[in-house]
Amino acid sequence: MAVSSRRLQKELMDIKKEGTPVGIELLKADDFSKWILSVEVLGDTVYKGEKFALMFRFDNQYPISAPAVQFVVDDKWSAPEHPICASILGSEWSPVLSVVSVCVTIQSMLASCKVCPCLTAHTRAALLTGRGFSSA
Amino acid sequence: MSSDYEISDDEHEYYEYDDEDEEMVDAEDGSASEIEVDGFGNDFKVGVRQERKIYEVDYSALSQPEVERIMQADVDHISSIFGVEPPVAAILLRHMNWNKEKLIEKYMDNASAVAVAAGVELPPREPTPPPSKSSSSRGSMAGPQRTTRRLSADKGSDSKGKRASPPIDAEPFVCPICFDDSQTEFLSLLCDHKFCAGCWKEYITSKVRTEAECMITCMAEGCNIAAPDPFVEKALADDRETWSRYQELLVRQFVACIPHLKFCPYPSCTYTVSCPAAATKSSLTQIVPIVTCGASSAHVFCFGCPIDADHRPVVCAVARMWLQKCEDDSETANWIKSNTKECSKCQSTIEKNGGCNHMTCKKCKYEFCWVCMGPWSEHGTSWYSCNRYDEKASIEARDAQTRSRASLERYLHYYNRWANHEQSAKLSMELHAKTEKKMEEMQITSALTWIQVQFMKKAVDVVFRCRMTLKWTYAMAYYLAPGNQKELFEDNQRDLERAVEELSELIEAPIDPETIMSLRQKVTDKTVYVQKRNEIMLEDTAKGYLEGRWRWNTHVEGFDTD
Ligand SMILES: [Zn+2]
Ligand SMILES: [Zn+2]
Ligand SMILES: [Zn+2]
Ligand SMILES: [Zn+2]
Ligand SMILES: [Zn+2]
Ligand SMILES: [Zn+2]
Repeated sequence: MAVSSRRLQKELMDIKKEGTPVGIELLKADDFSKWILSVEVLGDTVYKGEKFALMFRFDNQYPISAPAVQFVVDDKWSAPEHPICASILGSEWSPVLSVVSVCVTIQSMLASCKVCPCLTAHTRAALLTGRGFSSA
Repeated sequence: MSSDYEISDDEHEYYEYDDEDEEMVDAEDGSASEIEVDGFGNDFKVGVRQERKIYEVDYSALSQPEVERIMQADVDHISSIFGVEPPVAAILLRHMNWNKEKLIEKYMDNASAVAVAAGVELPPREPTPPPSKSSSSRGSMAGPQRTTRRLSADKGSDSKGKRASPPIDAEPFVCPICFDDSQTEFLSLLCDHKFCAGCWKEYITSKVRTEAECMITCMAEGCNIAAPDPFVEKALADDRETWSRYQELLVRQFVACIPHLKFCPYPSCTYTVSCPAAATKSSLTQIVPIVTCGASSAHVFCFGCPIDADHRPVVCAVARMWLQKCEDDSETANWIKSNTKECSKCQSTIEKNGGCNHMTCKKCKYEFCWVCMGPWSEHGTSWYSCNRYDEKASIEARDAQTRSRASLERYLHYYNRWANHEQSAKLSMELHAKTEKKMEEMQITSALTWIQVQFMKKAVDVVFRCRMTLKWTYAMAYYLAPGNQKELFEDNQRDLERAVEELSELIEAPIDPETIMSLRQKVTDKTVYVQKRNEIMLEDTAKGYLEGRWRWNTHVEGFDTD
């Protein structure tokens, strides 16, 4: 078993066993190449009550190298967006970080309105209206 | 196999320079007097290498081990005065960009602050954390304290487990990256963040190979502790290739920090050039520091700017301005670069296939100049007003439209000639192959020996190099302010250009066995003459920089405007 698969298997087991932190939900994890999670912004901010869908893509270098993460809007999860430019996904990536910890960081980035500049007006509008994905 | 030979059987004695890669290495064994630094120096003079030419810069080439020795001396020095291990001293130096004086000063001021910032010492303990947090962080697997929140899922299970069974060592350690419980070998830096050997190896390999990063820090999130070289070597285990790539990256980082050093820009070359004379910005208005790395005489580059070629006689700032302009105007100028043109008499397509500008239409036999498309008869004897742009046209231009057309025409005049020399130089490289064939023929059809037919190869080389000089003279002329100095410059340019075209024509002419001896004489004479013209061109411009004689028609970085 490849390191990336074993590691994701372990993360999946932990999520199933321990659950996810408040406001974070695992929506889709059919394989070890692409996962989708939703992030709800907590607290009193402009995004209050909004849910954002995040798509994670992993290569076999995970977790040595960071996953590619982007916001997605429609049901096919195929919005052609730029990966999110968060520093923990770049120079500050550490292999001990996990999918859940990345979600927690993005959650707090959204809460402090530090939104990735790559989040286009189109995507933002779609996300803000809550259109596009349903949380089961 | 050696290309080192000497021609001494006629009145123009010159010995050949080495142009095979391996020759430069041979030259180290005491025959330093024969090293041809830039390929121009000794061609038509006999004897030992004479003094540096005015257009040459003083420099030395260093191999990777030589640079490593310089680095090691710095490391040993810091190691002894700070009383730290050499690998620690190396990290401190890298952290301070190899500025030894600054490092010593800062370290004397606050050793601990420097050591923490460089990642060779743990940061001081944070003011007593809340009790609940401290107890849970004790139970943390191996993750650093800051992961408390981010790895909450792992943490939850963990601290619970730990609280149930106090002796921490009771549970076998599992690497928090791969969670592979079959791993048995673990490594950690002084921060004690333990990870398995396999993950360390993967991580360092990825840093070195894909990120070209040689400053390796701990894998734990937010941990700044640096990996010393012995740790890196140990973690890479049997992967010697990555280890040597890592060492090369260290040398590159050092070289990039030292103003008088520059790494050879040619692919997969590991040589460095030391050129203190060109280490300051202001020196670049005085000299054009063209160097060769020492690994190969083909690795010619400019020490002062990113141009990987000999751009003499023009200084770096002007050369860069010109290249930028060519890039910006490339669409307008594209059509000129094209390799085909129409005969201005019969309109049939003519392809240029040699370096010579003297064209003869195959169809109607019209002879013309490739550059200006004017009849060759006007060029042949009363050569060569073709290099000088008639500034009058643009001065007389009154309205904006005519002015902008005149300025485009002016640019095209220079660009045309620039591109033509580049194109011709490329074609004369192809000519090399043809020439070799010609030389073989000559040995068969004449009584000449292999050494005696080398004059052809020599002539092709000289044409190539002088076309490079000519090419850049057009960039220079474009920016020279009108006046006496520019006219003198263009006189030299014209003389060199005429000589080059004549030699070019000679070497492309078909060889008649009957007249080979006289051809040989002519080519040899002309080669010597062309080199002399090239010398004059380069020497005069170099002197002009030193005397501050050149005036530009626009602001040039580093030069006074007047
Ligand atoms: Zn591991
Ligand atoms: Zn650490
Ligand atoms: Zn080189
Ligand atoms: Zn330069
Ligand atoms: Zn014709
Ligand atoms: Zn002409």
